[in-house]
Amino acid sequence: MFVLVEMVDTVRTPPWCFHRQLNEAVAEELNKKLANKVVYNVGLCICLYDITKLEDSYIFPGDGASHTKVHFRFVVFHPFLEEILVGKIKYCSQEGVHVTMGFFDDILIPPESLQQPAKFDEAEQVWLWEYETDEGAHDLYMDQGEEIRFRVTDEVFVDTSPTGPAAAASDNAAQPGQSTSASAEESTEKKEAPYTLIGTICEPGLGLLSWWNN
Amino acid sequence: MLSNYEVFKLLTDLKEQRKDAGKSKHSPGQQDLNTIMYETLKYLSKTPCSRQSPEIVREFLTTMMPQKLTKAEKLQLLNQRPQSAVEIQLMVEESEERLTEEQIEELIQTVAGILPGDPEQENAAAADAEMNEGAEQS
Repeated sequence: MFVLVEMVDTVRTPPWCFHRQLNEAVAEELNKKLANKVVYNVGLCICLYDITKLEDSYIFPGDGASHTKVHFRFVVFHPFLEEILVGKIKYCSQEGVHVTMGFFDDILIPPESLQQPAKFDEAEQVWLWEYETDEGAHDLYMDQGEEIRFRVTDEVFVDTSPTGPAAAASDNAAQPGQSTSASAEESTEKKEAPYTLIGTICEPGLGLLSWWNN
Repeated sequence: MLSNYEVFKLLTDLKEQRKDAGKSKHSPGQQDLNTIMYETLKYLSKTPCSRQSPEIVREFLTTMMPQKLTKAEKLQLLNQRPQSAVEIQLMVEESEERLTEEQIEELIQTVAGILPGDPEQENAAAADAEMNEGAEQS
């Protein structure tokens, strides 16, 4: 579930922190910068593991702070493909079942990866598994808050860096008569999750824990 | 790769350290770290790793050495503590070809024996067993 990632970065220590140990000041800055953030193609950063190397600190003209190049290792949440994880169902929608693990929310199980045959109950907004036995069909509901075991099949990284003014200006120029609608679209633009996991529960043993506990 | 236990230990130690540090942890910059630490600790404390120790992990890995499982499979067994054959089949690839039924049973026993289980679950199971025995006797 978690991996150790080696990274290198230059940390800026402001002058009012000069009384502190460099190690501590650097550790605090790194945690402040990376904790709970997704790094593109790496994963969700949790916390600093250790500092492997501190290079010399430099002070540049015009800035009173010292800049130090740091080699360090960070604990990152990045499950490997085919890993089995346990989470809770956040909610169900037409796109599938959304699962959360508390610290990581963007996990989706698309309808084709649910135990088949599966049906979406519009009234209750919940997916259910039509489980057939010799005695008849049982409808197993995937309710909110239920613990669910799933396998990771895919991960999607989206670069959510700001695009800058050039892209916005070209959009407005392309639709001169509809400038108000263009800005309305931008304001309702959905935020894309930078890191999404796609899962499956289409195997024996996967799905709600209550389905498989004797 | 890190086991859940290592991350759990790191976060609990970090939490202790920050408790001693006092007021700096509430500054706006530290909020992300606080959030992620809180949520991750909350998640991990409900998994088997919260009841493990370095000795247990070492014992588990030494016992697992002759089994010819990949590092990823051993890590999953350590993190999830499977209790049934179905769960083991999920975590070990092509388990029908690589392990016989007895070996799977042996794996379940080793996992249950070395890795400490959930005391609530085990008390509930023991209570059920007692009730069943009582019913049979009467």
